[in-house]
Amino acid sequence: MTRRVAVTGIGIVAPGGIGARAFWDLLSSGRTATRGITLFDPVGLRSRIAAECDFDPAAYGLDAEQVERADRYIQFALVAGDEAVRDSGLDLAAENSWRVGVSLGSAVGGTTRLEHDYVLVSHGGQRWDVDHERADTQLHRAFSPSTLASAMAERFGAQGPVQTVSTGCTSGLDAVGYAFHTVEEGRADICIAGASDSPISPITMACFDAIKATSPNNDDPAHASRPFDNNRDGFVMGEGGAVLVLEELEHARARGAHVYCELSGYATYGNAYHMTGLTSEGLEMARAIEVALDHSRLDPTAIDYVNAHGSGTRQNDRHETAAVKRALGQHAYDTPMSSIKSMVGHSLGAIGAIEVVACVLALAEQAVPPTANYEIPDPECDLDYVPRVARERRLNSVLSVGSGFGGFQSAVILTRSRE
Amino acid sequence: MSAAHERRAAITGIGVVAPNGTSTDTFWKATQEGLSALDRITREGCEHLPLKVAGEVRDFEPAAVIEERFLVQTDRFTHYAMAAADLALDDARLGKADSETAPYSIGVVTAAGSGGGEFGQRELQRLWGKGSRFVGPYQSIAWFYAASTGQISIRRGFKGPCSVVAADEAGGLDALAHAARAVKRGTDAIVAGSTEAPLAPYSMVCQLGYEELSTVAEPDRAYRPFTDAACGFVPAEGGAMVVVEADDAARARGAEVRGFVAGHAATFTGASRWAESREGLAQAVRAALDDAGCAPEEVDVVFADALGVPEADRAEALAIADVLGAHGRRVPVTAPKTGTGRGYCAAPVLDTAAAVLAMEHGLIPPTPNVHDTVHDLDLVTGRARPAELRTALVLSRGLMGSNSALVLRHAATDRA
Repeated sequence: MTRRVAVTGIGIVAPGGIGARAFWDLLSSGRTATRGITLFDPVGLRSRIAAECDFDPAAYGLDAEQVERADRYIQFALVAGDEAVRDSGLDLAAENSWRVGVSLGSAVGGTTRLEHDYVLVSHGGQRWDVDHERADTQLHRAFSPSTLASAMAERFGAQGPVQTVSTGCTSGLDAVGYAFHTVEEGRADICIAGASDSPISPITMACFDAIKATSPNNDDPAHASRPFDNNRDGFVMGEGGAVLVLEELEHARARGAHVYCELSGYATYGNAYHMTGLTSEGLEMARAIEVALDHSRLDPTAIDYVNAHGSGTRQNDRHETAAVKRALGQHAYDTPMSSIKSMVGHSLGAIGAIEVVACVLALAEQAVPPTANYEIPDPECDLDYVPRVARERRLNSVLSVGSGFGGFQSAVILTRSRE
Repeated sequence: MSAAHERRAAITGIGVVAPNGTSTDTFWKATQEGLSALDRITREGCEHLPLKVAGEVRDFEPAAVIEERFLVQTDRFTHYAMAAADLALDDARLGKADSETAPYSIGVVTAAGSGGGEFGQRELQRLWGKGSRFVGPYQSIAWFYAASTGQISIRRGFKGPCSVVAADEAGGLDALAHAARAVKRGTDAIVAGSTEAPLAPYSMVCQLGYEELSTVAEPDRAYRPFTDAACGFVPAEGGAMVVVEADDAARARGAEVRGFVAGHAATFTGASRWAESREGLAQAVRAALDDAGCAPEEVDVVFADALGVPEADRAEALAIADVLGAHGRRVPVTAPKTGTGRGYCAAPVLDTAAAVLAMEHGLIPPTPNVHDTVHDLDLVTGRARPAELRTALVLSRGLMGSNSALVLRHAATDRA
C-alpha cells in the first residue's frame, strides 16, 4: 500500500514577514521587501539591493548560546522549525525519535560566516597562508554543510535520517522532495523539511555581479525584482528560511492533526546543458513537471496554479514559460502562474521551500499570490502572471517549479484533497 | 510490487582517484597490500599549520584527463569527481551512445562535505585584497557543493535525476543509497559517489576546530583507530565514483555486475556524541540489514568507520557486537582508510569501492599502521586475509552526528 504524505505544519522567516501570517499578509498585499543592502556596505558592487529579513533571533526564542553558535541561516531555520512544529501540534518527545527525520536545503550554507572569518585570518585578503591563530574554534561549524540539518535534529530530538541537500537554487524544492520520498517510502513517519540561506555577503553578491545575474536597478529597489516583465534585468538577492512538517497521512489522521494538504508528487532532472545557462525550450523542466504529475496521478488540467521559479532574469522567465506550456499544454494559458520572488527576492537555496510554503498557504487561503511589478508584457512570456494583486481562486492542486545553477530542474505538486 | 519484479541496484563500474592510487587498479593494489599513503602535507601555504599529516592525491594531472574549458571553471574537488566519473563509466562501458539515445536514463548524485575551498579562497583573496570587480565569473559555480554533480551531468550529457547530499562523512553512503533508490524508482543508471579537496590553507584552518582531528606529525602514527594510541583522524582528498545501475538494464546491455547495493539506513545521534553513536550505528545497521533482507550472520566483513578517537572506536566496536551478536566477535573488521586518511564524504565511498573489490578478489584488505587492537574486534591488520565474501557491511559516522550503514552483496549472490 502506498503511503501518502501530509503537510501538517509550516513555519517561515522571510523578508518582510516572519511567521506564516505575516508572510501571507505580504504576499497577498503585493508589497515588496526589496531594498538597499543594510547587512554590509555594498559600495563598489554592481547590484547593491536585496530582500533582507529584519530578524532579531532573541525575539523569536533563540537564547544567547544558540545565537552565538548558529550562523544566521541556521537561526532562520530553527525559528521556522519552531513555528512549523508548534503549528503541527506534534509532541515530538512522545514520538519514536528513530522515525523522525530532517531534510533541509541550502545552496551556500556557511559562506557568509566563512567569508567574515576569512577576512580576519588573511589580514584582509593579503595572505594565502592564513593565520590560524586568529581563527574562531567554531569555524568548522560553518565549514561543514551538515551543521544545518544537525542543528535542527538536535533541537527536536530527531534520530532518523538527517540530511542536508545542496542543489543550488533548487535546494529547497529538492530537500522537500527528498523528505517526501523518505516518508512515502517508509524510512520515517515524520520529516522536518525545508531550506535556509543567508547569502547577502560581499563574496556572494560579487560572484553574481561577475556574471551580471543580479539586477543593477539600485535607484528603485522596491521595483527591481520584475519577473516576466519586459523590463526585467536580473534577480534581486534574498535571504530567509522555511520549514514544513511532512507526516505520513495515517499517522496525522490518527492523532487528529490538521492536514493542510498532501505533497503528492516530486521529480528532478538535470539539463546537461550549462552551469548557469538555460535552453529556450525548457524540455527538462517540462519533464520534471510531467513526472511529478504522473507521481501524483494527476492530469495536467488538474493544476490550478503554478508557483514559478520566476527569478526575473531574461533567460529564466522564457525558459520557464516554455516549460510550463510544454508540460500543461493549452491548460497553461488558463492557469495563473506567479513569482513571489517579485516580493521576497531570490534567496538561492531557501527560496524553493519558501515557495512551497507559499503554495500551502495559497491552498489554505484559496487565493493566488501575485507577481509584483509586472507591468509590461514580454512577447515570449505570454501566460497569466497574476499582475500586482492577489486573486481569489478555487485551488485544489498546485505546482511549484525551480531551476538551479548546475542545471537542476525540479517540480513539486501539492494537493488539497484526493479521492 | 512483488520482490521478483523489484529492480535491484547493481554496481557496474568503479572509478577511484585516491591518495593511494589514481586508478581503480593501483588503488586496489595499494589497498590489499596495506600500503599507507599518509604523508606530510606539501600544499603551499600550509607549512605553518598545526595539522601536519594528510592523504594527498599526488599522482594526478588534471589537464591530462579533463578539457581546458571544464578545468578553468572548477575546483580541485570537481577535477577529482570528473576524473573518477570517467573511470567508473569506462569501467561500466557506459558511453556517449547510451546517454545520447536516452539522456534521462542516467543521473548523477554526489555527496559533498567541503566544497571548492581552494577556488573559493583564491576568489576571496581577489575580492578582499583587490576589489569586487576582480572576482571571476566562475566563483558562482565552482565553490558550491553542487558543482561536481552539475559538471558531470553537463560534460557527459546526463539528464536523469541529479542530486547533491551536502553532508558529513556518512553522507557518502547516503548518496549511494540515494542513487540506488533512484534506480529502483525507474532510472537506469546513476553515477554516484564523492570526491573532496579539503586541503587548501583556509579549509584546513576551518577543520582545526574538530576535536577529533589528529595533529600528530609522524605519518605512521597519526591515524591509528582501535589502538591505545588512537589520537584522532587524518583528513584526505580524492574519492571515488561508482555506476549504480538497474540489474535488468545492465543485463540488457551485457554489462558486468560487480555487486549490489542491497540495503541502507541512516540515523542521527548528535555531533561528537560518540558514546551515543553506539546505539545510532546499531540502529542503522539493523535497519540496513532489514532493508537488504539479510540476516546478521550473513555479514562476512565489516568496513569500519574507524574514527580513531578512543570513545568513538569503543562505541563502534560495541555497536558491531550489539547487532552481529556473538558473531560480532568473529566477523572480520577492516579499516583500509588508515592508509588513505578520511576524505570526509568520500571516505565511505572509497570503502564501498574497496568492499566490492574485496568481494571480487576474495580478499579482505588490512588496516595499515594499526597493530594491536584494544577492542573486542577481529580487526584485519598486517596483511590481507583471504575469505569468501558474499556480503559486506560499510559503516560511516559523521562529525556532525550522522550514522550510516550500507549493505553490499557480491554479484554471484542469489537472493531468494
